[in-house]
Amino acid sequence: MSATAALPRQNRAVTFWQSTNGKKVVMAVTGAMMFLFVIGHLLGNLQVFEGPEKINAYAHFLHTIGEVLWLVRITLIVAIVLHITATVQLALRSKQARPVGYSRKEAINSSYASRTMYWSGPIVLAFIIFHLLQFTAGYIHPEAQFIEGDVYHNLVSGFQVWWVSAWYIFAITLLGFHLRHGLWSMFQSVGLAHPRHTLALKNAAFLIATLIVLGYISIPISILLGIVK
Amino acid sequence: MKLTLKIWRQKTHKDKGAFVSYTVDHVDPEMSMLECLDVLNETLTERGEEPVAFEHDCREGICGSCGFMINGVAHGPERATTVCQLTMRHFNDGQELVLEPWRAKAFPAIKDLVVDRRSFDRIIESGGYISVSTGQAPDGNTILVGKETADQAMDAAACIGCGACVAACPNAAAALFTGAKIAHLSILPQGKPERDRRALHMVAQMNAELFGNCTNIGECTGVCPKEIPLEVIATMNRDYLRASWKKREDLEATIPPATEWSANRT
Repeated sequence: MSATAALPRQNRAVTFWQSTNGKKVVMAVTGAMMFLFVIGHLLGNLQVFEGPEKINAYAHFLHTIGEVLWLVRITLIVAIVLHITATVQLALRSKQARPVGYSRKEAINSSYASRTMYWSGPIVLAFIIFHLLQFTAGYIHPEAQFIEGDVYHNLVSGFQVWWVSAWYIFAITLLGFHLRHGLWSMFQSVGLAHPRHTLALKNAAFLIATLIVLGYISIPISILLGIVK
Repeated sequence: MKLTLKIWRQKTHKDKGAFVSYTVDHVDPEMSMLECLDVLNETLTERGEEPVAFEHDCREGICGSCGFMINGVAHGPERATTVCQLTMRHFNDGQELVLEPWRAKAFPAIKDLVVDRRSFDRIIESGGYISVSTGQAPDGNTILVGKETADQAMDAAACIGCGACVAACPNAAAALFTGAKIAHLSILPQGKPERDRRALHMVAQMNAELFGNCTNIGECTGVCPKEIPLEVIATMNRDYLRASWKKREDLEATIPPATEWSANRT
C-alpha cells in the first residue's frame, strides 16, 4: 500500500463531526436549511391577505404533493435534530472549558442577539412544537374549533385569542434575534469572510431578520385589529 | 491618586484562592498597570508579605507575557493595549480595580495572576511553522509576495499569544489564536505547501486542549491587544474544511501535555 492511499482506520466524517469546527459547519448548513423553510413558510402564510380561497387552495396543493411534502418535513426534522445535537454537545464542552468562572465579566464587543442564542433557540423550539400542535395537528386550539383543511378559519380563530397572538409575536421576535446572529455567523463557520463583505453581511442579516419578523407578526396583528376576519 | 486593588491571590494550582483588597496610595497617573503592581509588591515585601505574582517580560506590549482581567475586561478598558502599556491615568482617583487571572481549563492556574499557557505552545508545535532547508539564507525576493498579501499575513502574524482572546470568550475558545497562527502562514506562498496538514493538525490540537467552541460573537477581537480580525477564524474554518475534504491519510496526532501543571488540570 502506498503512503498516499487512504487508510480505513479513521472515518473522515466522524473525525470532522468530532471537531468543534466540524460541528459548527453542520450547524451552519442545517441553519441555512431551516432559514429557507422560514422564508418559504412566510411566503405561503402571507396569502392569508388574499382571502380564504387562496390560502386554503395553497394548503390543499401542499397536501396533494404528499411525497414531496414528507421529503421536506423529514429533511427539516433531520436538520433540527443535527442542529440541536451539535449545540448541546458544544455547549457542554464550553461549560467544561471554564470550570471556574469570573467574579466580574463585561461584554464589550458582542451583540445582544449573539449572547442570547442559547435562550432564543430553545424558546423558538418550544414555540414550534406548540405551533404544530395548534395549526398542523389541531390538538391544541384554544377557545375555537379546529376545522381540518380550513386553514383560513383556523388561522383567524386561533389568532383572535390575544395570548396566542402575544406568544406568537414574542417567539417570532426571538427567531429574529436568532437569525440576526445566525445568518451572519453561518458564513463565518463555513469559512467565508472578507473585510469588504463582512459588514454588508451583518447589515443584510439584520435587515432580513427584521423583514421576517415584520412579515410574520403582520398576520396576528391584522387579525387582532380586525383587518383580516 | 489612590486606588484599591482587589487581587486574586492563589498560592499554588492546588490552592483554592480568594480575593484580597490592597490600597495603593501615591499612584502616579503616568505609571503602567504593571508598575503600579511593582509599587504594591515593594510595600508587600517591606511588610514581609508574599508579593503578587504576575507575568511580564518586555513591557512594550509585544512579548505577550503579561495579561489579566481588570474589572471584567481582558487587558483592561483601553482597546488594543496590553496591561504593561495601560497607564493609570485611564482610571479615576479612589477607583476599585478587580484583578483576576485568565480563567480557562486549558490555562491552569499557577499562582496569583499567572496561568499556564503552554496549551498555546502545543498548538504552535503541532503545525504553526513552515519546513525549510537550513543552510545558506535564500536570496531576497526569490518568492514574490504582493503588498496586500504581505499586509494581510502581517495583520494575523501580529498575534503575541497573550491569551486574552481565550479569557474574554464566554466559551473559553482558542479560535482567534489558532486562526491567526494558521492564517498568517497559509496566505503566504511559503506556507502553501503545508496548508492542509497545518490546518488539520493545529485544529486537532486546539480541540484536544479542552478549549471551548467558537460562537462567532467577537468578544476576542474586542480585547485583542493586536486587534486580530475575526476573519482569521473564517480562514481557519475554510482551511480545515478544505483539508478534511481532501484528506487521504490519518494525520492528526495530538501532543499530550507533559508538564506538571498541565497534567494536574484543575
